[in-house]
Amino acid sequence: MNLTIKVNGEDWALDVAPADVLLDVLRERIGVKSPKIGCERGDCGSCTVIMDGRTVRSCLILAVEADGHEITTVEGISYDGMSELQTLFIQNNSFQCGFCAPGIVLSATELLDNNPNPTRHDVQEALAGNLCRCTGYEPIIDAVLAAGEGGSE
Amino acid sequence: MVIANEFDYRRPATLAEATDLLANHSGSVRVLAGGTDLVAWLRDDAIAPDLVVDIKNVPGLHDLKMNGDTLHLGALVTFTDLIESDVVKERAPLLAEMAETVASQGIRNRATMVGNICSAVPSCDAGPVLLVYDTTVHLTGPDGDRSVDINDWFIGLRQTARTEDEVVTHLTIALRQHGGVYVKLMRYGGEDLAQAAVGIIAYPDHEYRVAFGAVAPTPIRSIRIEDALRGKPLDDALVAEAAAMVRDEISPITDIRASAEYRVRMTEVMLKRGLVAVTERLAGTGPAYGTRLI
Repeated sequence: MNLTIKVNGEDWALDVAPADVLLDVLRERIGVKSPKIGCERGDCGSCTVIMDGRTVRSCLILAVEADGHEITTVEGISYDGMSELQTLFIQNNSFQCGFCAPGIVLSATELLDNNPNPTRHDVQEALAGNLCRCTGYEPIIDAVLAAGEGGSE
Repeated sequence: MVIANEFDYRRPATLAEATDLLANHSGSVRVLAGGTDLVAWLRDDAIAPDLVVDIKNVPGLHDLKMNGDTLHLGALVTFTDLIESDVVKERAPLLAEMAETVASQGIRNRATMVGNICSAVPSCDAGPVLLVYDTTVHLTGPDGDRSVDINDWFIGLRQTARTEDEVVTHLTIALRQHGGVYVKLMRYGGEDLAQAAVGIIAYPDHEYRVAFGAVAPTPIRSIRIEDALRGKPLDDALVAEAAAMVRDEISPITDIRASAEYRVRMTEVMLKRGLVAVTERLAGTGPAYGTRLI
């Protein structure tokens, strides 16, 4: 089936099977590797991408469902250098192995887009579906809160 | 891990085209909305449809609006839509309180409430809340339109009154002054299926609706507890009387998320706290919607 999709600002036209999953098409056909293959059932958040402005689980979307839609990954939000949020993640030493990082960057980006000055609870709720097995989350939450305070100034 | 089953995929542009596809196909068919259950089941080989009909391009199914005092919720309304809706906030905040407990942000952005009750797993969060709202489910199929009372909707584990060739178009809820509460027990806050859940509505003159989730093969309403509460001012003795009935009203199982006995005991506690909160909310006091009671 024909799939026309915009990924990080670039138009793609591909022939895909109905059973092809968006995550696999992004990684293997389009070459965008930041969405990770984790639990593959929507629980871990490592495959998170932004679709038309909202985070979704690319492991639970058929590629054909994304026909005509726009996908943004970490690669797409870093074209002009790192975002303030990404810089704050580095300053706070937020990640260790980094496997969860692309999903968390995108979930936090969605949160700050909709709620520029979130509370700690807001951040916890927004990131609850992105599992991190290294850090205990505190340095991640601290960085998002710092980005929020910066956004409100 | 890929989806091993091969199937045809169609994305109709009209409701008529969708019903036509569902009525005239060979083999088994599945309706696709948000896909957060369906694609997971495809990946697990739990289902193997010959045809998947994606209804996301069908116009009108996204509607979330009031018609007079009736709330209209289209089949494609997501849990995030419920949380962000001013109509829901003003007229039926219980729906948002429930939606906030569903899975995670990335799932809520995609998963639909109608899909939740079509999947009809025992822990489906929408189940108890739609039961206490006396919701009507509207479907269309080869024999035309029909509506089903939510009390007749859940007929067994993952089984509903919908036939394979029907599409749910929308839900309607007749709203009047009420207080509502959804109490959900999870192993940890943030992202989990319910271990047990209680949905309650209080109407004026001591009238209640009570339903439970994750403690029976389907979400269930308790007419017996509602009858015991009817017409009497809520006090400690009445709350205790209602809680004492819980054990005979539910039939939980022991599984990886909780033991049956734990589910019974916690459901009693949740009903008690819920009854107090919902009565206060009807009076305009009580904990703000979204406050966790357990």
